[in-house]
Amino acid sequence: MSEIARDRILARLRGAPRQEIPRLDVPAPAAAAPDRNARVARLKSLMETVRAEVQVLPAAEWIPRLKEVLGARGIKTLLYAPDTDLGSALAEAWQQDAAGLPELVAYAEPVESFKERLFAVDAAVTGAAGAVADTGALILRPTGAEPRLMSLVPPVHIAVLRADSVFPSLGDAMRAGRWAEDMPTNMLLISGPSKTADIELILAFGVHGPKELIVFVLE
Amino acid sequence: MIPEPSKPSRVYFFGTCLIDSFYPDAGLAAIRLIEREGVRVIFPADQSCCGQPAYNSGFPAEARAVARRQIQALREDIPVVVPSGSCAGMMKHHYPTLFAGDKDLPQAQAFSERVFEWSEFMARVLGVQYEDRGEPLRVTWHSSCHALREMQVIEHSKRLLRQLKNVELVELTKEHECCGFGGTFSIKQPAISGAMVNDKVDDIQRTGADRVIAGDCGCLLNITGAGGQRGLPFAGQHLAEFIWERINGG
Amino acid sequence: MAAESFEKNVDRALADAQLRKNFAFAMGNFILKRKAVFSDTEETERLRTLGNAIKQRALSRLPDLLVQLEAACTRNGIRVHWAETPAVANRIVLETIESHAGTRVVKGKSMVSEEMHLNAFLGTHGIEAVETDLGEFIIQLAGETPSHIIVPAIHKNKMQIAKIFHDKIPGAPYTEDVAELTAIARRTLRRKFYEAGIGLSGVNFAVAETGTLCLVENEGNGRLCTTVPPVHIAVMGLEKVVEKLDDLPPLLRLLTGSATGQLVTTYVNLITSPRRTGEKDGPTEVHLVILDNGRSRIYQDPELRQTLQCVRCGTCLNHCPVYTRIGGHAYGFVYPGPIGKILTPQVEGLEKAGELAFASSLCGACEEVCPVKIPIASLLRRLRDESYSGEPQGIVPGRGCKQNLAERLAWKSWAFLNTHPRLNRMVTSLLGMAGDYLPPAGPLERWMRYRTEPEFARKGLHRRAKEEGIADE
Repeated sequence: MSEIARDRILARLRGAPRQEIPRLDVPAPAAAAPDRNARVARLKSLMETVRAEVQVLPAAEWIPRLKEVLGARGIKTLLYAPDTDLGSALAEAWQQDAAGLPELVAYAEPVESFKERLFAVDAAVTGAAGAVADTGALILRPTGAEPRLMSLVPPVHIAVLRADSVFPSLGDAMRAGRWAEDMPTNMLLISGPSKTADIELILAFGVHGPKELIVFVLE
Repeated sequence: MIPEPSKPSRVYFFGTCLIDSFYPDAGLAAIRLIEREGVRVIFPADQSCCGQPAYNSGFPAEARAVARRQIQALREDIPVVVPSGSCAGMMKHHYPTLFAGDKDLPQAQAFSERVFEWSEFMARVLGVQYEDRGEPLRVTWHSSCHALREMQVIEHSKRLLRQLKNVELVELTKEHECCGFGGTFSIKQPAISGAMVNDKVDDIQRTGADRVIAGDCGCLLNITGAGGQRGLPFAGQHLAEFIWERINGG
Repeated sequence: MAAESFEKNVDRALADAQLRKNFAFAMGNFILKRKAVFSDTEETERLRTLGNAIKQRALSRLPDLLVQLEAACTRNGIRVHWAETPAVANRIVLETIESHAGTRVVKGKSMVSEEMHLNAFLGTHGIEAVETDLGEFIIQLAGETPSHIIVPAIHKNKMQIAKIFHDKIPGAPYTEDVAELTAIARRTLRRKFYEAGIGLSGVNFAVAETGTLCLVENEGNGRLCTTVPPVHIAVMGLEKVVEKLDDLPPLLRLLTGSATGQLVTTYVNLITSPRRTGEKDGPTEVHLVILDNGRSRIYQDPELRQTLQCVRCGTCLNHCPVYTRIGGHAYGFVYPGPIGKILTPQVEGLEKAGELAFASSLCGACEEVCPVKIPIASLLRRLRDESYSGEPQGIVPGRGCKQNLAERLAWKSWAFLNTHPRLNRMVTSLLGMAGDYLPPAGPLERWMRYRTEPEFARKGLHRRAKEEGIADE
């Protein structure tokens, strides 16, 4: 059935007058790409405008800072990805001393058997594959080790980003990462906590996605 | 950078059908103001309408017949000055489309390149500078859609208006919103057109202006008609007529 | 929809003070937001030109790109279906759901699914379609259709929404607080996401190069619909395909800026395949339904084809003085506003929907802001030409349906008058003397519903110019 429809649709399209329209070359941006500090500053500024919390800090401090953030919000359960570098560092830190800290919950099995726990955790911590400075968004590249729903279901999402992975623009990120050559199952841009303006254009946060997005930019 | 056209010795004046029937003083004022700068104005008797009403209503053949006549009446290679953004836009931007596939396309294209909206001609080509001899007056300005978007001449119109030192220009909150005339739209969709013109009239009222000035008589007819029906005191005037009045102490 | 029912809709909408207030406020807001996010005029113009070029190029290669998209998607494990009509598309969705013994679908916002009237169709087959976008959720509870492409419930104010929630959601208190209303929606829908066996979404852009579906949203419901349930069905109009991944950044910037005045949406979701081995979540089955519904016919005409450049941003609605005053429902079809006025008559035919092409003053505010530079006013004019065209062959259904003797005579007389200068001058003089005595009938009566009678000048410009000695050659 679909085959016949396909053939008929394509036949109609192919029977239409042909137009020759060349690809327009995207000109290189006039201004020089901003330096790393400028990019981080712009990312932070834009994301904070949409109520993300962005902290720039030395790489060595991220776990202590995380503990503060979790404590301040009374987080009781923290979802993490055990098979990532981030996750192992976290597990190790918790192993040394977990006093007063939330329980670490590993996303270590398929969602089918994990759904109830997933929907009940207070927060999740993931890495970020990069970020885009000109529009203010994180790039996430979910994997088997760090699944998609981590950055979506828990009401608080903490993302850990390396400062040197902040690109000037999405186009730059796509080209540098050669995305077109091998797209994964899912890639995401995340620019802030979930929001809506559907009611009288009044902004409200935490509709269906996380209510809070906290970003650690590690230098 | 487009070079400014040099001052011509002669121009055609295309009066427009609305000015002919309803605002002849505006047409005369526009002509006198051109002549005042030492440019000879020719007003061919054979001119009538630019053809836009039919063009917008789904009758391009009739529009083309009328347009052909205008091109014929204005055939010498001299500028055509039009006191309406709407009619100027029709002649400048739409005549080439209207004559696509027609034997007269080259003439239509050549013609369209000679067309100027009046305020652009005065401000840009003639570089006029006016001295206001009138009494203090508050006015507001309505940007007609075609003057704004097609001909992009509003800055010229406003520049002329701002030369008049005793005239206080208070801008509308929604200067760029359509007044609802749209030619046959006002007849075919009277309720929507009525709602639009009444909002425009409210906007004018709120400025406290004595007069609304515009470069298009279709808009003026529409706006003053609606204001009149509500018994509101403001008057409407074409920019050319207003300037003529002001520089002559009126 | 005949002319009379559009007229009735218009009258009703114009008389609804609350509606006019809601829309005037919202559209004014959108206009300001767009100005702010596109404040650099030169850069904006460059972007719009680029957006237009990308879309025109993609359309010029449409059949090849659709084939390439299908191949890439299929390689990735996405099942591609083709549907010529909404009825067929609905069947495909139904069969997919039934093959999984599903009884409920959670839906992300999709205008194509509105075109399909999918929810009603599924309902008749015992399948519940749950709208999860807040605006769609509100109107679903109210039993209404969207009134705007981006903000479906914009015709409602807080009080009206508070009442809907209180009346229709069991246990929901009456509250006009937006944060509380949002929390109620979150709570109510959370369970549905959790339990749903099927998720349905639209597609903003489908990249042929990589077989990637690009979806944008602010709430997170779209991601939930396309990630939690084991089955994801995506529906798209066939014009949504773009050539390369590289085309996305400018298109996203244009779409998002034009739709909501944002630089970027909260989420940009790029889906390329179902769950792969070793992954722990995401649907194990992903379907893409490609819908025609008249688009391949529109495609036949190089001028009208530009209609298909539309990215569904809704900004033409926001800037339209007609839409602002009558709201979305008055149009009577799925797509309101300027895009609705050019699309609907072409899909539904001029007899049914041709009136819409005349409901415009051709002010051009829409095309001034269209991110992909669709020449909307020109296309409206073209549809008006089609409505009166005497030639039988044509692409737009219902061509010539408005032809009538009265109008034909009127315009022929008008043309005769305006091509016979002496006669024209005579008539103008006559009107100058006797115009005030014209009976207020027909066009004059309609004019005078809202205005005083126009005053003919006693002496027209032709006469005055002659008297003043202005040369006529």
